[in-house]
Amino acid sequence: MTPLDPATQDLLRTLAPQVLGTLVRRYRDFADCEDAVQEALIAAAGQWPAQGLPANPKGWLITVATRRLTDQVRADTARRLREQLVVSLVPADEQIALAADAAGVNERDETLDLYFTCCHAALSAASQVALTLRAVGGLTTAEIARAFLVPEATMAQRLSRAKQTIKAAGGQFPAPSEQERLARMPAVLHVVYLIFSEGYSASSGDRVTRVELSSEAIRVARMLAELVPGDPEVLGLLALMLFTDARRAARTGQNGELVPLDEQDRSAWDRHAIDEGDRVLRRALARGMVGPYQIQAAIAALHDAAPSTEAADWPQILALYGLLRRVDDSPMARLSEAIALAMVEGPAAGLAALDEAAADPRLADHHRLDAARAHLLERAGDRSAAIACYHRAAARTGSIPERNYLLLHAARLADV
Amino acid sequence: MKYMLMMHAPGNGPLQIASWPADDIKAHIAFMMNFGRKLAAAGELVGAEGLSGPEQARRVRAGASGEAITDGVFPETKEFLAGYWIVDVDSPERAYAIAAEASAAPGKGGAPLNMSIEVRQVMSGPPPEWTPGA
Repeated sequence: MTPLDPATQDLLRTLAPQVLGTLVRRYRDFADCEDAVQEALIAAAGQWPAQGLPANPKGWLITVATRRLTDQVRADTARRLREQLVVSLVPADEQIALAADAAGVNERDETLDLYFTCCHAALSAASQVALTLRAVGGLTTAEIARAFLVPEATMAQRLSRAKQTIKAAGGQFPAPSEQERLARMPAVLHVVYLIFSEGYSASSGDRVTRVELSSEAIRVARMLAELVPGDPEVLGLLALMLFTDARRAARTGQNGELVPLDEQDRSAWDRHAIDEGDRVLRRALARGMVGPYQIQAAIAALHDAAPSTEAADWPQILALYGLLRRVDDSPMARLSEAIALAMVEGPAAGLAALDEAAADPRLADHHRLDAARAHLLERAGDRSAAIACYHRAAARTGSIPERNYLLLHAARLADV
Repeated sequence: MKYMLMMHAPGNGPLQIASWPADDIKAHIAFMMNFGRKLAAAGELVGAEGLSGPEQARRVRAGASGEAITDGVFPETKEFLAGYWIVDVDSPERAYAIAAEASAAPGKGGAPLNMSIEVRQVMSGPPPEWTPGA
């Protein structure tokens, strides 16, 4: 099989959720439609490189997927009933011949409903992530398995159970109103951010063969931003991921060790990504409905704009963390706020804020609390207490690069 | 045939590596990264993972109604499993050679650690000629 050129691959993966959205709208059964679309994508990947792009790629995919779906229903059904059943799958008001790529009722809503289906509350986070990557991202089961470093059979099973769950919960869940759509958006954004974070924090695996989950999350967010241009939080998330991903090359050393923000080589940051993030964030903020992703993106923007950590606009960062705490009071935001406070008012104020944050049971035993405390103790000049805190954090973290960083940092302090 | 190479570390007190100078820690990390890359390049690496420390460890057994009864932490434990490699090699001797290389990872002052690595064969399914009825 001729390998797909990147442009065709992009096209296929952009069309995947649109084709699936259309099929689900017509035939209802998410699991069967999803299988059919996967088969159509595989057929396209086999035929297009040799035969050239069809005149209407999307129509081609819909036709092939519909044919596969029909075959499947035929195989599943007594011969006598099959024609009747295929017809009965189509809602009565649509039992007229549609052109293969007819837009249906509302193409945008169809594709959007697909995101909501994949992120349905009945699914575990791991299933939401896997299903989104397959149905929306158009990745194959093998690619998703590789990205998460699990055996392909395990991922296939996770996907198939997820689809059964959706079926049991009553198929798909079309949102009746625009308002309800917007209310469901946070769940979708959360899943996209999970995909991004997984790609960003993965500790092992051969980089070359891994699907880059961070890039995939950014791509999915771009498609989402086109579908709902009016939602500033979608843009906020996109901007946040662009700002964060821009630092990718600078955030690990040659042995995979973590390089924290204040030690990164800022000339290695991706200026194009930062510029795009700035443009996207400006569009979001212009809409005047501030949410947690926009606030985090604004903080990331201030860091990315500064020539050094010390030179960042800390008073404004501190104010933004205060705002973030009001809309979304997460333990990690509290930690970051304490660090920002220390940058503005000195380490003693930051340490006092950390003691206050430690009262939160979600944070009390968290290694990041010790890491933040170690950092501020170091700034305050209390070297031995800082080393002890770095060691405590190192013993608790579940990330090898983070543990290596914490140990190395403590060792450097001890060497002085 | 597959072997599991289990690396044990002293379990009492803080992480052993924590008391080393920064350059020694760096050398040790670089050695381990390179070791993993070499095994993968040789086509011998099946899998490898590092495990979090004994502070996080719990022992679990089922209670009368199948509920999880947990026991731990084990700060006093003498040795704990710090990580493992699974390699696919032609002979046990090759597995021992790989284990010896890992054992000699550099420690404080660059001196080899000579830590103990337990080597166990990973059992396989029935060999074809022994499949009943085949």
